Amino acid sequence: MAIRGTEIKIQGLTHRYGSRNGVTFNRVDLISPPGESLAIIGRSGCGKSTLLHILAGILKPTEGKVLLNGTAIAQPSPRWVMMFQAPHLFPWMTVSQNVGVGLSFGRWSKAETEERVTEAIRLVELQDFAEANVQDLSGGQQQRVALARSLVMEPELLLLDEPFSALDAFTRASLQKDVRSIAKRKGFNIVFVTHDIDEAVIMGDRAVIMAGSPGNIVHELDIDLPDPRDRHDASVQALRTRLMSTFQEAANYQKPASAALAAIA
Amino acid sequence: MSYAATPGESGFCRLMKHQGMQTLGWAVGGVAILAALWLIGGYLISINPTTKTFAKFGLVPTLQAFPELWGAGKIQNALAASGFRLGAGLLIAVVIGVPIGILMGRVKWFRDFTNSPFQFVRMISPLSWMPLAVLVFATWNGSIIFLIAIAAVWPVMFATAAGLAKVDPNWFKVARNLGARPLHILTRVIMPAITFDVLSGIRLALGVAWIVLVPAEYLGVTSGLGYAIEDARETLSYNHLTAMVVTIGIIGYFLDGILVALIKRYSWHRGA
Repeated sequence: MAIRGTEIKIQGLTHRYGSRNGVTFNRVDLISPPGESLAIIGRSGCGKSTLLHILAGILKPTEGKVLLNGTAIAQPSPRWVMMFQAPHLFPWMTVSQNVGVGLSFGRWSKAETEERVTEAIRLVELQDFAEANVQDLSGGQQQRVALARSLVMEPELLLLDEPFSALDAFTRASLQKDVRSIAKRKGFNIVFVTHDIDEAVIMGDRAVIMAGSPGNIVHELDIDLPDPRDRHDASVQALRTRLMSTFQEAANYQKPASAALAAIA
Repeated sequence: MSYAATPGESGFCRLMKHQGMQTLGWAVGGVAILAALWLIGGYLISINPTTKTFAKFGLVPTLQAFPELWGAGKIQNALAASGFRLGAGLLIAVVIGVPIGILMGRVKWFRDFTNSPFQFVRMISPLSWMPLAVLVFATWNGSIIFLIAIAAVWPVMFATAAGLAKVDPNWFKVARNLGARPLHILTRVIMPAITFDVLSGIRLALGVAWIVLVPAEYLGVTSGLGYAIEDARETLSYNHLTAMVVTIGIIGYFLDGILVALIKRYSWHRGA
């Protein structure tokens, strides 16, 4: 399973939900090099998930564009696959059938489908459950199936919308490491939205912080740490503290504007 | 009651066997009580001089009529004719009901647009269409199939629409995200998701169609279970009449059992 990364270029991206609503975020610009794991963090309502849905082609921007190696994202595609907060597996299917469902939408031979499904299941270490119904799996195992279902498409970009937030701490920590390790081995890009500073440090190569209303990227921080990362390492803890203080600075981002408005009033 | 376990049999298997035997025991008991009441009723009718004429409605004469009817091929012929009408009517109901039900469940304006007229037509007794059906269709068979179809289409349609309303919208988002086109969403997501509801609707439709079939066959046809009952009544063969009524019950019970088995086979709901 050979996956290549991609350069992501976000140019002047603006979004509003209908003409009567306010702007979600305004003129966002961002470049992510091939193979990068990019964390997007920020408070609720700053437009992180909306940005991710635009990257997946599920939502359309009001202005601006997203380019993947020069190709504009206009609709969902197996080249850029999104993994959601909940696994949303098809309960009438087995693990193998769920993992291979995306391939069944394309023109893949039976032999190729079987080969790719087997490898994706091996990557997420669910070989013993391949023929089990997904309703018989734990929450963590179900999220692994959802990960395999995304990986089997061999995407250039994997988008994750708080994918592990509903899981227990142990399962979450294990999946965070696994996803980063698989992405680095295969070379594809990750863009993930999270509220969890630890998750950003463990999984990301860089974190961008969104804040404000309308939202925008107000800070970014390189997470230059060796792999594998352990959350108890001093270097991880130091970066976590830095990211936390940057995040808190970002939380004050609106204050000058609020103060100005108060002065006018 | 105790059951001997075969070597290696698990406690779960023994429990299931025990529960299965218990269920069968209750069912046999229920049928035995019904047969006993029928036997007693038949006996009371036969000893009363004013009702003695109807003694052949009793259990024993009815059971004696089965080999006669079977030997003459009357049961087989009636089942073949009624089965064809029932099957054709149900097939039409499914072919019309499932796609319209999907549209109702998926497209809000279509649901709003069709709800009132459909609810209005649904409340009209299927048999009240009988005079119109006789006028419109060239054959008696056509009229009967129409009556079965118009009785059976509503449960299928509304069960399909209700099933679709319960489908998790995130499944559509996931499928589109993985490159599914509308046909894939229909065949790989919608249909498997609602199979349980569609089959439950067909089960209800079968019950309604079976009820409509017999009176509909009192129309001018010369075959089928309804005709066989009417013919037995006119020739005062009361034991043949009750034998046909029992046949209707047995076949209806058997068909319902097939649908229950299909629902179990294709249901993905845990505990269903």
